[in-house]
Amino acid sequence: MKKRILYTVLFFCCTVVVTFAQKTIEVCASCETTTLTKAVETAQPFDTIKVKKGTYAEYNIGITKPLTIIGEGNPVIDGQNKGEIITIESDNVTVKGFTVVNVGTSYTTDFAAIRVVNSKNFVIENNTLKRLFFGIYLQKSNHGKVLNNTIQGDAVNEYNSGNGIQLWYCNHVEVAGNTVKNVRDGIYLEFSDQIEIHNNKSTDNLRYGLHFMFSNHDTYTNNLFENNGAGVAVMFSKFIKMYNNVFRKNWGTASFGLLLKEINDSEIEGNLFEENTVGINIEGSNRIEYKHNDFKSNGWAIKVRGACYANTFTKNNFLYNSFDVSYNSKINDNLFDKNYWSNYTGYDLDKNGIGDVPYRPVKLFSYIVNRTPETIILLRSLFIDIIDFSEKVSPVFTPDNLMDNHPLLKPTDHDRNR
Amino acid sequence: MLKILKYSFFDLMRSRWSYVYFLFYLLLGIVLLFLNNDLSKAVITLMNVIIILVPLIGTIFGVMYYYNSKEFTELLLAQPVKRSSIFLGQYLGVALSLSMSLIIGLGLPFVFYGIFNSGAIWDFSLLLVTGAFLTLIFTALAFVIALANENKIKGFGYAILLWLFMAVIYDGIFLMSLVYFEEYPLDTFSLVATMLNPVDLSRVLILLKLDISALLGYTGAVFQKFFGTNFGFILSSLLLVIWVAVPTFFIQHMAKRKDF
Repeated sequence: MKKRILYTVLFFCCTVVVTFAQKTIEVCASCETTTLTKAVETAQPFDTIKVKKGTYAEYNIGITKPLTIIGEGNPVIDGQNKGEIITIESDNVTVKGFTVVNVGTSYTTDFAAIRVVNSKNFVIENNTLKRLFFGIYLQKSNHGKVLNNTIQGDAVNEYNSGNGIQLWYCNHVEVAGNTVKNVRDGIYLEFSDQIEIHNNKSTDNLRYGLHFMFSNHDTYTNNLFENNGAGVAVMFSKFIKMYNNVFRKNWGTASFGLLLKEINDSEIEGNLFEENTVGINIEGSNRIEYKHNDFKSNGWAIKVRGACYANTFTKNNFLYNSFDVSYNSKINDNLFDKNYWSNYTGYDLDKNGIGDVPYRPVKLFSYIVNRTPETIILLRSLFIDIIDFSEKVSPVFTPDNLMDNHPLLKPTDHDRNR
Repeated sequence: MLKILKYSFFDLMRSRWSYVYFLFYLLLGIVLLFLNNDLSKAVITLMNVIIILVPLIGTIFGVMYYYNSKEFTELLLAQPVKRSSIFLGQYLGVALSLSMSLIIGLGLPFVFYGIFNSGAIWDFSLLLVTGAFLTLIFTALAFVIALANENKIKGFGYAILLWLFMAVIYDGIFLMSLVYFEEYPLDTFSLVATMLNPVDLSRVLILLKLDISALLGYTGAVFQKFFGTNFGFILSSLLLVIWVAVPTFFIQHMAKRKDF
């Protein structure tokens, strides 16, 4: 017992000593240290640097020791378009509460507002980034957090703009509560596994709201993707979980809500796809479960491009889409079951809530359009309605086993608080 | 000619059919706005109605009016009036009263709904203008058919066939040729084929103005580029005018030669 008390006291003392050993350096126009660069140079590991309100014209700030850097009253760091602004190359660094502006644009180097290199346990929180090239660039860094940042770009062309938050060879990073606007890709993941992305807003981006490349075992939930070139693109990845996201108004001649290319073994559940030209565009993707999603007022709810096997679509609501499902082949290995289709015209004599006549989601016209894209110009012509009707009565061209055998008569009520 | 136009116009205005036609559009407009509460969606639904119904009613009404007023026409022919002015007057009387029913019938509910304060005003006016053009075109074609056929049944048959061809069969042939020649570049072909049929032309003109045009993808972009320019706009208006002018010329021509 005595020993335990001794240990406790000893531990407490140590903590106190360590705490007291940590210094706090203040930076302001009238302080002893007037620049952040200077403060970082003089600081000892585990010190805290507090930067007061003001504008600091600095760039290439290299942080090579564990530090906590806090901006008080939203100080502005102006990079004057000269290059990278903050580079973190040490574990346990926290950067909080800054406004970082004017990152240099380059065609050879990816300058970032805040870059993290080969580090662990970093926290980047409550920063605002404006007029940037790349926003937050994480490379080969693990176990960190990127929380509640606001990134406001002014990207015009894809070739000379960067991404909002980029992860390259990173694992176990949490990206949450960020708002990314008007950059090339809102959030971009390459070779990054076990990433948690939640409660972000990614809007008005040139290319994708969220972009996965060769990244596995990632989860994204409760995000909003609005008005991007394409909401989310998931390419060459496996085991991605996509829950409760909203994909809206990704509307344009080449826009998608969700673009899937070479994705396997993933789950897409509880998402809302509203007013996208194409809700989900699927190419070469296998064993994906689509459950409890809402597809509302899209041009195409689901466009299947080919080489997609063993996918299941259950308990989704397809509401008022111009085309529910489009297929470009006669072979079907995907299962549609117990979905609600607003275009369903069958009946339910035994009153069990399931339509007695199977529903065929692929219209002949969407099949023809897939074959000869120019025919789309006949959209909403009376002739098209007539051939769609006759195909519905006796299918000739569309895959005849592609049907929902148990179409629901009422929309599924998804419990979003599951 | 004006006198005959006036007479035909007021004769039709007094007739039950104009009222039915007018009330139909009024009701359609009100119901659409009531159920939809969304102006641009209502415009899409209206487009479907307009490109199918307006030509149909224009043709049937035109043929019907010609055959019904034949005795009166013969009476007029005995008077010292120019032949062309009799028929043109009648044609314009029918076409204008139909267009008026359409424009007022659809316009009223939308005006009360507040179309003037909405961004959809241009889409809507385009809709009414193309509707009026379609009425003019198909009534003129109906008169040509009626003038060419003494036999009522034959006349009606041809008129219905004409509508069927323009609204349905033409698109079928168009689709078949697109699919058949899918390996060739088809942009110019589809552009020309669309412009040659007034029903298709009106449909595409309206579609391109709506949000739904994003569905048209690459082909839509080609069309947008063409119709977005002044040249495309003038050309498409010109084509609609030609579609009115050519049958009108035929009415005049045939009226001069016909034996009664």
